[in-house]
Amino acid sequence: MTEGTAPAWAVVATPVLLTLLAMAARSGDALLAAREAGRPVTAGAALRPLLDIPRLLAAQPRRTPVLDRLLWRTGVLVVPVSAVLSVLVLPLGHGAAPAGLSVGVVWFNAMEVMTWAGLWLAGWAPNAAFALVGGYRFLAQALAYELPLMFALIAPATAAGSLRVGDIVAAQHGLWFVVWMPVAFAAYLLAVPAFAFFGPLRYPAAPDIAGGVLGEVSGPDRLMLTAGRWLWLAAGAAMAVPLFLGGGAGPLLPGWAWSLVKTLAVLAALVWAGRSLPVIRADRYLELAWVVLLPLTIAQALVPAVVAMAG
Amino acid sequence: METLVFGCLAVTALTMGWLVFVLGSMARVTFALLAALVCVGGVTMLLGLPYLGVVLVLMTVMEMVIMAVFMIAYMMNPAGLMPMSMVHNRYGAMAIAAGVFLALAAGILLVPWPARPAGEPPADTTFQLGEALMGTQMLTMTVLGLVLLSTMVAAIVLATARGRYDRYGDRLERRVPRDPAAGGTGGAGR
Repeated sequence: MTEGTAPAWAVVATPVLLTLLAMAARSGDALLAAREAGRPVTAGAALRPLLDIPRLLAAQPRRTPVLDRLLWRTGVLVVPVSAVLSVLVLPLGHGAAPAGLSVGVVWFNAMEVMTWAGLWLAGWAPNAAFALVGGYRFLAQALAYELPLMFALIAPATAAGSLRVGDIVAAQHGLWFVVWMPVAFAAYLLAVPAFAFFGPLRYPAAPDIAGGVLGEVSGPDRLMLTAGRWLWLAAGAAMAVPLFLGGGAGPLLPGWAWSLVKTLAVLAALVWAGRSLPVIRADRYLELAWVVLLPLTIAQALVPAVVAMAG
Repeated sequence: METLVFGCLAVTALTMGWLVFVLGSMARVTFALLAALVCVGGVTMLLGLPYLGVVLVLMTVMEMVIMAVFMIAYMMNPAGLMPMSMVHNRYGAMAIAAGVFLALAAGILLVPWPARPAGEPPADTTFQLGEALMGTQMLTMTVLGLVLLSTMVAAIVLATARGRYDRYGDRLERRVPRDPAAGGTGGAGR
C-alpha cells in the first residue's frame, strides 16, 4: 500500500479547489437565506456575498483601544492558513496527496487544533469584552467536540491499519467505512461545524454577543477570519470523503470527479443543517459530548479494533 | 535543504524561547512558548519521526491554549495586557538553565548511541514506536495510564462543589438530576 508522488501542481490545485468549495458553500448559504427571507433565489443572490471580498479588502479597518495587533493578526491568519494546510494530505480521487505524509490523519487533527489558538487569539487580542467572551466560548466548545472527534478519526485509521489518508481510501475497497462505522461518521459530522464555528455551533460568534470573535475584526482581517470559517467547513467536508465515503470510488466517472461530488454533497448537507438548527450552548454541548458521544465513539472505535485483531 | 529547514526551525525555537523571558504580556509569553514548541515538533519531523512531531504540535497547541486561560486567570494581571515579568530568581534560574542545557548537550556527545544495523532507516517509525510502547513497555504504559486516570478523577472530586447527592437527592431518589443550569443530559433546573 504505497503511494506515488503527486504532481507539483497539486500543491497549488488543492488550495484553489478548497477556496472554490468554500465560496460555493458561502453562496449556497446565501441562497438558503434568500429563500427563507422570501427574496428571489437568483444567481445574483448567490454571488452577492462574494462581493464582500473586494469590499472588505478596500474597507478602512476599525481599531479598538489598547489592542494587541500582532497577536490579533496572528490569530486571524492562523484559522484560514491551517485550513488550507490541513487538506494537503488529501488524495484527489485515486491519485496521491500533495503531501504524502504517512500520518495524514494526525496532521489533519493537528491543523484543526490550530484553530483553538487562532480563535482564542482573535477573541483576546482586540481587548473587547464580547470578542473575549467569544474566544473563551470557542475553547469551551473545543473541549466538548475534540475528544469525540479524535475517536471518530481513530476508527477508520484502525480499520485501515494506517494513518495515511491514501491507505484509508484503499482499505474501503468494496465497503465504505460509513456503513459499519455510522457512529464515528455522525460524531465527525457534528465536529465539523464545531471547528468551523458554524451553524448550530456558531456559539463563539453568536449574535447574542454581537458576533463574538467576529465582532470587532474588520477590513482584510475580517475577510481572513470569515474565509477561515468557510474554508474549515469545506476542509471538514473534504476530509469526510476519504475517511468514510470511499474517497474517489464510484462507477463511470473518474476518481477526482467522485471525490468532488461527494465533498459537495457533504458540504451541502452541512450548510443546510447549519441553516436549520438553532445555536447550542457550549455547556449543553459539553455534557452531551462527554456523557453520550464519547462513550459511543469509544465503543465505535472498538469495532474496527476487534475486526483488525481477528483479521 | 534539510539543513536549511533545521537551521530556520532551531533559530526560531531559540528566539521564541528567549522571548518568553523578555516579553511583558502573558498572552504573548504563552504563544512565544507555543511557537518554540511547534518548531521543536518540526525538528522532530525532520528527524524522521513524523508521528511524534505532529502529535507534539497537536498536544502543545491544546495545552498551551488551556494554559493561557489559567495563566491569565491566576496572575495578578487579569487581562494580560499590562506588562509583567516572567523572571523570578534571575541568577539562580539562569545558572540552573545553563547547567541543564550543558548536561543535556554533553549527553548527546557522551551517550554511546546504538549503531544502525547498516543501510536504510526503518520504513515506518510510527509502527516501531507503537511496538516499543505497546510491546516491551506495555506494563509501564498501563500503570502510567491508571495513575493518570486516578489523578484526573481525584482532581475532579476535589475541585467539584456538587456531587451526586446534590444532584440526585440524599437517597439518590430523583430520577432526573437537579442542576443549577438546565441543559445537557440532565433535567430542567430547579
